[in-house]
Amino acid sequence: MTDHIIEISHLSKSFGGKKVLEDINLYVRRGEFITLLGPSGCGKTTLLRQIAGFLQPDEGTIEMDGKDISGIPPHKRELNTVFQRYALFPHLDVYDNIAFGLKLKKVPQDEIDKRVRRVLKLVAMSDYEDRDVDTLSGGQQQRIAIARAIVNQPKILLLDEPLAALDLKMRKDMQIELKEMHRKLGITFIYVTHDQEEALTLSDTIVVMNEGRIQQIGTPVDIYNEPVNAFVADFIGESNILDGTMIRDKEVSFIGHDFKCVDTGFGENNPVDVVIRPEDIYFTDSDNKAQFTATVKSCIFKGVHYEMFVETELGYELMIQDYDAYPVGETVKLYIKPSDIQVMQKLRTANVFETEMSGDGTVSIFGEDFECKPELGISQGDAVTAEVAFDKVELLDHMEEGTLEGEVHFILYKGNHYHLTVKIGEGQFIYVDTQDIWDKGDLVGVSIAPKDIKLTKRDEKA
Amino acid sequence: MKKILAKAYIWVLLIVLYAPIVFIAVFSFTESRVLGSWQGFSFKLYENLFTGGMQGGISLISAVNNTLLIAGISAAVATLLGTVAAIGIFNLKGGKRKAITFLNNIPMINPDVITGVSLFLLFVFLGFSQGYTTVILAHITFCTPYVVLSVMPKLTQMNPNIYEAALDLGATPAQALRKVMIPELRPGMISGFILAFTMSLDDFAVTFFTRGSQGLETLSTYIYTDARKGGLTPELRPLMTIIFLVILVLLLVINLRKDNLNRKAVK
Repeated sequence: MTDHIIEISHLSKSFGGKKVLEDINLYVRRGEFITLLGPSGCGKTTLLRQIAGFLQPDEGTIEMDGKDISGIPPHKRELNTVFQRYALFPHLDVYDNIAFGLKLKKVPQDEIDKRVRRVLKLVAMSDYEDRDVDTLSGGQQQRIAIARAIVNQPKILLLDEPLAALDLKMRKDMQIELKEMHRKLGITFIYVTHDQEEALTLSDTIVVMNEGRIQQIGTPVDIYNEPVNAFVADFIGESNILDGTMIRDKEVSFIGHDFKCVDTGFGENNPVDVVIRPEDIYFTDSDNKAQFTATVKSCIFKGVHYEMFVETELGYELMIQDYDAYPVGETVKLYIKPSDIQVMQKLRTANVFETEMSGDGTVSIFGEDFECKPELGISQGDAVTAEVAFDKVELLDHMEEGTLEGEVHFILYKGNHYHLTVKIGEGQFIYVDTQDIWDKGDLVGVSIAPKDIKLTKRDEKA
Repeated sequence: MKKILAKAYIWVLLIVLYAPIVFIAVFSFTESRVLGSWQGFSFKLYENLFTGGMQGGISLISAVNNTLLIAGISAAVATLLGTVAAIGIFNLKGGKRKAITFLNNIPMINPDVITGVSLFLLFVFLGFSQGYTTVILAHITFCTPYVVLSVMPKLTQMNPNIYEAALDLGATPAQALRKVMIPELRPGMISGFILAFTMSLDDFAVTFFTRGSQGLETLSTYIYTDARKGGLTPELRPLMTIIFLVILVLLLVINLRKDNLNRKAVK
């Protein structure tokens, strides 16, 4: 027996031509609490439903205990699911809900009695056996749903956003109970949530997903302290994400200053993303320690700490969390420790389109013709690579005015500008740097000035 | 004044609606052969009805039996077909679902005469000998959409995950249907059955066109023939009164059930 209870390889899934999951590779260790974390629509629930057997993968395999379970229907899989909205059977009382699976397996009645009592005790619902499930509160229904699943002694428990419908206080309590249950039962939990805090609290391992792909797999501490890209950094916790340049190993430049850091292997003078957690920027009185100065723009009390926004002398805005408050308008001296600077590979440094010339002065981008500067040796029909810098893409209020129409899909604040992902079509994105404020979901027109499209001829290889 | 007028309006409306029924019910308790002349209180007509001691008594009783049998079989089959159809339609996506729901609604609006004639032509074309079978088939045809209509809301109310939850707990698809889906849909199925039963009981036009020439009579066709032969048989008066009461009770049952379910849902 291997240590991996679930092994997913090269799994892909599409719905109606739309890729929901792409090349997922993942293993789950026996007995671990693993969380699939991502924004809604990232494919995490689809992945869970394939493990449960309600969906079949288009490509790739899911192995459980080393055996491919693709062809096995859900009722024959040795795992149980806790559904998002509980999915208790309303026509059965608490006891019969929990006993449902055992009765189907023809477990003797006295054994059923014993096991139902035991799980009811485990979820602290002992006196509720005869209650109608409709008369229970949300939290109680959730406990029964968990009891109904674990009474079957599955090898794996799948949980699909089980706490999403509960209020905050209840959710916190249930988190602790879930963790405790996991410890007592010793079985594998696969947990799906969009709540990063929940994931950090509960998990042994977190799988961060976005747009149908796994972004990062790691322990909560790894994911928080060393996010691999801007998406993960932004999604997990609060963060300052900034454009930077790796000067050489262990030296990085951002917000107009050079900083010592501990990262190596990013080359020399290469553009990178830099993440600084707001609690990792320190105030100081000493001129020696201070690396840069800034002006406090706002200060809000958050209970344990104060959350402040400061603006550096070069106009970069940073979020800082500190136990002490600094008055708005004061100039403060700040420093960042080398080990708190997290350097990340940039996912991309410009928009690059592999396309072709639709005419002598026009290039096709996502099916629309863009005017471009005529260039020697490039004519209609040639395969070209068109490159457009992020800040050269112009967004227009009215969709019709742009050459392309798109929707603002994702927004990242970079200290002094916004980095937007604009969705043109399914799987088609243009990335834009802008000073203007847009909201997620805004419909925009996209236009690019002819001089800003850089063309290079591509060798057409068959 | 305004209040009195408003009240009076309701009462006039109710009287107009219910007077004919009350009239029949009242005159079912007298022996007079002609409707309208009161000849003293008597249970004679009821007695005749139940003992068959009257003119044409045997054919009336057989018409009642036929009606109940046809209504029972058609409602049962329609409930089965309609429930399966509703589940199927419910699982369709977007446009397809709308289209099929629309197609399901048309037969309900379609005038009975047209349904009757077209079924008649279809049976002739297919070479079916007309009688019991064709009437039952016809009744199933026009009853099924009503069942679909009553089961559908139950499906939309249902938690979409409970079927999967059953599979997840080890039920085969058939077991999940039997142990989880059917109990959930049962109230809708029962309403559908009662609706189908009364629709079938009530039907004249479709039955008239599909019953063939072998002398199959249901209550509605019997009354029609009887009335044309020269006046209604007096024993029909108690019969109609009984039918009205039965339907009334069924309606009350449906409404009380609905109330109970709603109250439960609110809780």
